[in-house]
Amino acid sequence: MAQLMQFDLVSPERKLASVKATQVQIPGAEGDLTAMAGHEPTILTLRPGVLTVDGPDGTDYFAVIGGFAEIGAEGVSVLAERAVPRGELSKEMINEMIAEAQDAHDNAHPDVAHATAKFLADLVAMGTHIGLDPNSPSL
Amino acid sequence: MPSLKDLKNRIESVKSTRKITKAMQMVAAAKLRRAQDAAVAARPYAERFNAVLGGLAASVSGSATAPRLLAGTGSDQIHLLVVMTSERGLCGGFNSTIVRLARLRIQELLAAGKTVKILTVGKKGREQLKRDYRDLMIDHVDLTEVKRVGYGNATAIADDLLSRFDAAEFDVATLFFSRFKSVMEQTPTALQVIPASIEADEAAATALYDYEPSEEAILADLLPRGVATQIFTALLENAASEQGARMSAMDNATRNAGEMIDKLTIEYNRSRQAVITNELIEIISGAEAL
Repeated sequence: MAQLMQFDLVSPERKLASVKATQVQIPGAEGDLTAMAGHEPTILTLRPGVLTVDGPDGTDYFAVIGGFAEIGAEGVSVLAERAVPRGELSKEMINEMIAEAQDAHDNAHPDVAHATAKFLADLVAMGTHIGLDPNSPSL
Repeated sequence: MPSLKDLKNRIESVKSTRKITKAMQMVAAAKLRRAQDAAVAARPYAERFNAVLGGLAASVSGSATAPRLLAGTGSDQIHLLVVMTSERGLCGGFNSTIVRLARLRIQELLAAGKTVKILTVGKKGREQLKRDYRDLMIDHVDLTEVKRVGYGNATAIADDLLSRFDAAEFDVATLFFSRFKSVMEQTPTALQVIPASIEADEAAATALYDYEPSEEAILADLLPRGVATQIFTALLENAASEQGARMSAMDNATRNAGEMIDKLTIEYNRSRQAVITNELIEIISGAEAL
């Protein structure tokens, strides 16, 4: 039996989850990272992606966009700018977000265009990963 | 002496006013519940966020590479005051107390020879400040159409502030809003957001974290979000305060209307009796004359 740790997922508007988990897979800006109990204390920023939480009661998925995660001695807390449980995410929502990101990318200064392009690509990759078949962006 | 008919009309009119204030009080109570729930729901995020930011800031502050959002521009010549008020009136002294606090600060700053710019959120504060400080006002954020304040509203304001900061339009930004204590008590508050006024948490700073990417990159990513988070908290506190203030203002109004109705009813009855007595005297003296 794997050790349990506290997992919290909060967005600015509400608390989405506060459960015991065995492991949490976090879409970090520099690559995915799986945290288990006793992980070294880490703070990392997130890219748009799917957060996977394995707990004693099964596995939960959340789509998270922006924000950061703090892995500490007591557990993992993820502070996402936007977070949606997998079940609530619809194709319309993801397309709307993609349209927003596309807009931001089109208006972005050339210096930061690579960042907005990456954000857009991450969003689309997330949508495809979930199987929602999002609109493809123009980069 | 008003006639009987006048009195009757007065009573009717005060009664319908009381109905309106009573209804507004109940609506405000329902909205207050929702606003409070939203404020409570937003609290964990803000608390965790500030804790992490505090730890990061403590370990970076003092170094020459500290970002401008944290360390400031090195000058405090141009002040931007973000005055947050409500879009609607009939909420007692809610807007006036916020504006009074902002006004005091404006006078202080102007006396010290600083440049002051004002950005208003919410119509009521703009109307009050426009009379004296029209020239200082640079922009206004209209939330009339917004039913429930969302994080999106806060990021929009934050983005605006940040782009102005990048364009060197100001050195220091301060939020003015009302902190919700209880239905009876709301405290007007001034909160400096740029440069960030973070209580550097020494204990958190010593905790050894790995940073991915680097500490500086994360801080640079978090500071703008911190501004949005603080604005969001302020908006929510303000929304709850507004409803609280409206609720107690309308409660008072309803009570006053009740007292007024009682007084008017007594006056009405008294003049009705006087009329009857008069008529009787006339009849009796008429009969005696025969």
